[in-house]
Amino acid sequence: MTLNDAVGAPAQNIEPGEIEALLPWYAAGTLRRRERQRVEEALRRDPSFARHVDLVREELAEAILLNETLGAPPPHIADRLMAAIDAETDAARKHAPGTAVGWLTGFFANLPPRTLAVAASFAVLAIALQAFMIVDIFTKPQSSSQVASLGSAHRHGSFAMVRFAQAASAAEITSFLHNYQAALVDGPTEGGVYRVRIAMKTLAKEELGKVIARMRHESVVASAEPAEPVAAAEPAEPAEPTAPSK
Amino acid sequence: MAMQAPADEALIGRIARGDRLAMQVLFARHHVRIYRFVLRLLRDEMAAEDVIAEVFLDVWRQASRFEGRSAVSTWLIAIARFKALSLLRKRRDAGLDDETAESIEEPSDDPELALAKLDKGEKLRKCLAGLSREHREVIDLVYYHEKSVEEVAQIVGIPENTVKTRMFYARKKLGELCRMAGIDRGWP
Repeated sequence: MTLNDAVGAPAQNIEPGEIEALLPWYAAGTLRRRERQRVEEALRRDPSFARHVDLVREELAEAILLNETLGAPPPHIADRLMAAIDAETDAARKHAPGTAVGWLTGFFANLPPRTLAVAASFAVLAIALQAFMIVDIFTKPQSSSQVASLGSAHRHGSFAMVRFAQAASAAEITSFLHNYQAALVDGPTEGGVYRVRIAMKTLAKEELGKVIARMRHESVVASAEPAEPVAAAEPAEPAEPTAPSK
Repeated sequence: MAMQAPADEALIGRIARGDRLAMQVLFARHHVRIYRFVLRLLRDEMAAEDVIAEVFLDVWRQASRFEGRSAVSTWLIAIARFKALSLLRKRRDAGLDDETAESIEEPSDDPELALAKLDKGEKLRKCLAGLSREHREVIDLVYYHEKSVEEVAQIVGIPENTVKTRMFYARKKLGELCRMAGIDRGWP
């Protein structure tokens, strides 16, 4: 449909004609060359299109003016941003290259697809954690509880099944886990869900619910549900010692 | 001889290598437009300030992942839009209906009378501000941010034909609002 058809027609019945639909981009100068040529050709054929282009230019000018009057953010935003960047840089320096964490950070930063980076980071972190625990066990005098901890990561504590937002970066997820003092203990499942230990001890149902509700409001979290500890395949291990009652 | 400013893509490459100065240049170059884009979506200055700080912090963290498939400004707007809409979703979940907040933003007791006093340009701007979020967004991306059909499609995540149709209906709605405000533009 052309502008000529549109004038005087009931507004609700109007469908965009091909050329009319392109006029905003024509006026803004952002059309591809071929489309721009088609609009120019139509303008030559039907001069009444020129009136429509004038209307579009009027809208364009006012839209720019409207945006320009919105002002600018206060200067302290730049300071805040640079302070946050400095804080991150300092934190990264603590994990200097050569250390396991530094190596891992650099490794993941170079992986282009973010989902691959996230998935890979969990896998390697899990391996690194296990390696650390194994080294720890072999280099320190062992107690029965330390040995037990290797096999009990899924059994002791309070857990949630968490699916991370598709856009969440490895750094954001690491920060999220740090903030909640949480650890990934398993996953991902086929649906991309991870098992996350959110406390070393068993939390009351209400308390667990509160933590999970808080997690659901995090931008990196797509979904979070409480999870039961995995049932032990071996005889149950003694529970962690609790404070003696007075 | 004037020194040529480094291209945005070159700045992103430097940021990926941890160059703070490049970050400051990129921020200076784009933060006002990004802020205005977010402010038009959120209509909340404090929230818009938070969002732009987060957007550029994300750029710092993810610069190495920028593959140059789109212009840097398009990438920035896409990140900003994602964060702004996430915030709006959270607000909606928390029961803060921002569209309701928008509707009580008008300071005038008698909007009709106030509109009558404005000149044509002011009326048109009032009508632009009165569009729905979806229509405001496409109008701003095309007219103010000078984004092509393809770039709007990338930012909003819709097909190019839908972009054209959405823009058409945004303009049609604008025409209706203008007519109600006493401006007969002869279209639609």
